[in-house]
Amino acid sequence: MSAGTDTNTTPTAALQAQSTAELIGSGQEGSALDQVRAWWQKVRGGEMGALPAIGGFVVLSILFGVLSPFFFTERNFANLVTQAATLVMLGMALVFVILLGEIDLSAGVTSGVTMALFIVLVNVNGVPWILALIIAFAAGLLIGTLIGFFVAKVGIPSFVVTLGLFLGLQGVQLVLIGSGGLYRVEVPEVLAIMNSNMPVWAGWTMLVVILAIAAGTAFWDRGRRTRAGVPNRTITMVWIQLAAIAVLGSVVIGLLSQNRGGVLRPVDGVPIVVPFTLAILWAGTFVLDRTRFGRYIYAVGGNAEAARRAGVKVTTIRWAAFMVCSSLAVVSGLFSISKVGSVDAAAGRDIVLSGVAAAVVGGVSLFGGRGRLLHAAIGALVIAVITNGLGLLNLPAGVNYAVTGAVLILAATVDALSRKRAGGTVIR
Amino acid sequence: MDEPIIELSGVVKSFGPVSVLKGVNLKAYPGKVTALVGDNGAGKSTLIKGLAGVQPYDAGEVRFNGEIVHLSSPREASRFGIEVVYQDLALADNLDIVQNMFLGREELSTGTFDEGLMEREAAETLRGLSVRTVKSVRQKVSSLSGGQRQTVAIARSVLKKAKVVILDEPTAALGVAQTEQVLNLVSRLAEQGVAVIIISHNLADVFAVADFISVLYLGQMVASVRASETSRDDVVGYITGSKTYSGVFA
Repeated sequence: MSAGTDTNTTPTAALQAQSTAELIGSGQEGSALDQVRAWWQKVRGGEMGALPAIGGFVVLSILFGVLSPFFFTERNFANLVTQAATLVMLGMALVFVILLGEIDLSAGVTSGVTMALFIVLVNVNGVPWILALIIAFAAGLLIGTLIGFFVAKVGIPSFVVTLGLFLGLQGVQLVLIGSGGLYRVEVPEVLAIMNSNMPVWAGWTMLVVILAIAAGTAFWDRGRRTRAGVPNRTITMVWIQLAAIAVLGSVVIGLLSQNRGGVLRPVDGVPIVVPFTLAILWAGTFVLDRTRFGRYIYAVGGNAEAARRAGVKVTTIRWAAFMVCSSLAVVSGLFSISKVGSVDAAAGRDIVLSGVAAAVVGGVSLFGGRGRLLHAAIGALVIAVITNGLGLLNLPAGVNYAVTGAVLILAATVDALSRKRAGGTVIR
Repeated sequence: MDEPIIELSGVVKSFGPVSVLKGVNLKAYPGKVTALVGDNGAGKSTLIKGLAGVQPYDAGEVRFNGEIVHLSSPREASRFGIEVVYQDLALADNLDIVQNMFLGREELSTGTFDEGLMEREAAETLRGLSVRTVKSVRQKVSSLSGGQRQTVAIARSVLKKAKVVILDEPTAALGVAQTEQVLNLVSRLAEQGVAVIIISHNLADVFAVADFISVLYLGQMVASVRASETSRDDVVGYITGSKTYSGVFA
C-alpha cells in the first residue's frame, strides 16, 4: 500500500483494519473486574452453570444448621462427604451420556450387578479381591459396550435399551446373589475407601498438590497462548482462582482434620474416598475440556448432524461415552458397598434416578451439550445434604423423597426461566 | 479465461426408476461465483450432494483441475478442497466460534488442544474476510444471529483452505441487512481465489454476486450464461421452462 499518495482510500482501509482487529476479541481482554462483569453477563444470559446448585447448597446448609445442632459438627460433615461420594460418582458417570442427550437408566443396576459379581467371586469362589475387581470392571465395560452397540450402532433410543438392561441386569443380580441373599464385604481395602481416613498431614499435602496442578495448568495454558500471540486473561484471575481453591480447600480439610471421634479413639483426616473422587473428577474434566473425545461429546450432544459433517465419527463417540459411563458406574458401586458393607440383590437399584437428578440440579442439560462433571458433583452434594439434613431431623423417609423431588423441579425451573429471559433479550 | 477448477460432464443420477440428473454439465472457475438455480425438484441438491461426495453420481465425468476424479465420499471431496456450507445443520450451538470452526480438525500440541493457536487462526480468518459483526471469537454460536452463523460457517470452509465452496441457500432465512452481509462475504470469498458455487432461489441475490448462472430444469442443464449477458426475465423463463436458451453454454 502506498501510504500518503492515495489519501482517499488508504486511511479508510487502515482504519477499517484497525477497527476490525479491535472488534474481534477473544473474551480474555480487560481487567479482573471486566472479566467478572463478562461472567455476570453470561449468567444473566442464562448460562448459570452450577450457580443455582451452589446457592441451594448454602441455603439448605444454613437451614439444617439452624434446625439441627448436630448438622454443623465435624462428624456430620465427614458423614456428609462419604454419603455423597457414591452419588457424586454416579452423577459424573451419567454426565458422559447426558451430554450426548442420551440417558443410562441401567447405570445404578450396573453398579449393583458388577458388585454382586465381585462379592460372589471373592466370598464364594475365593478369587483374590484385586482380580475380582478387575473382572467387575470388565463386566461394567461389557455392559457399556452392549448399550453402545444397541444405541449407536443399531439405533434404538437409549431410554429403551437401558430400561431393558435395568430390568434384565436386576435378574442377573438376583441369580448371582440368590433371592433374599446378602453378602458381607470382608475385604479391608474395599471397606477402607469409605471408612478409613488419610493421616492429617496427607490431607494438607493433597491440597498443596491440587494447588500445584491448578497453578501448573494455568501457567502452561498462558504460556501456550502467549506463544500463539493471543491475549491472556489478566494474571489477577489466576491468583483469585488459586486463592479460592486454597480457602475452600483449607476449610474442608481443616474441618476434616479435627478429631471427630472420642477421646479414647480419635478419628481425624480426610476420608480416603475424597482423593479418589477428585482424581476421577480431574481426569474426566481434562478429557472433556482438552481432548478430541471430550470436544466431540459436546459437539454430538449439541448437533450430531453438524458433527458428522465435520468428520466426527458420531457412532464411535456415542459408543465410547456409554462405555465410560458404565465403567464409572462400577466405581460408584465400589464406593457404595464400601459404605454399606454388604451387597444384596437390590444393591444399586434405586440410585440411578438420584444420579440423573444430581446432574440436572447441578445444571447439566438433559437435552445434551451443556454441563460439566463438576456440576453433577455439586448437584449430588445438594441431594446428599437434603438426605443428611432431613435424616438428622428424624423426619420420615417420605419427606426426603418429596423434598428432593421439589428441589429437582425447582432447579429445572430456575434453569428454564433464566434461559427464557435470555431468549427474550439476547437471542435475536 | 482460466481453466475451470471443477468441470462436470454428462453427470447422471437416478434413484430407482426416477432419473434425477440426466446428463448434466457444470463448470466452476477459481475466483468466480457460479450460481446454480432451478425450481424445486430440478436436481440442484442431488447435483451438490454428488460434488460433496455424499451421494456419488451413477455416471459421468468429474474433472478437478482437468484431471478425472472420483468423489466417492465426503472425505474424498474434502481432500480436493471441496467444502459445502449447508443452509442448516452446519454448526453446534453449544460450542463457541473457534470450536465450531475447528470441529473435526482441532490443533493439538502435546496431545491436548492448542486453544491459543486455534483462536488466533480463527480470528485471522474472520479478519481476512473483513468480518466486523462478531464481537468475540469465544462467543457461543447460540448467541449469534442467522447472518453471523452463515459467516462462521463460510469462514470455516476458508479455514480449511477450500478451493471450491458450495453454498446451499445461504440467505434463505436471513433479513435484508444480514443477506447483504453474507453476499459481501461471498464476493470476498471469490476475491481470495475460491471457486464459489451458490444455490439460491432469490434471483436478486444471484444477480448481485454471480459471475455465471447455470439453470437446471427437470434434471437437465438448460442454460449456462454470464450474469452480465442475461436478464432476470430470461432466467425466470429458463427456470420455469417457458423459455429456451439458444446461446453457447458459458
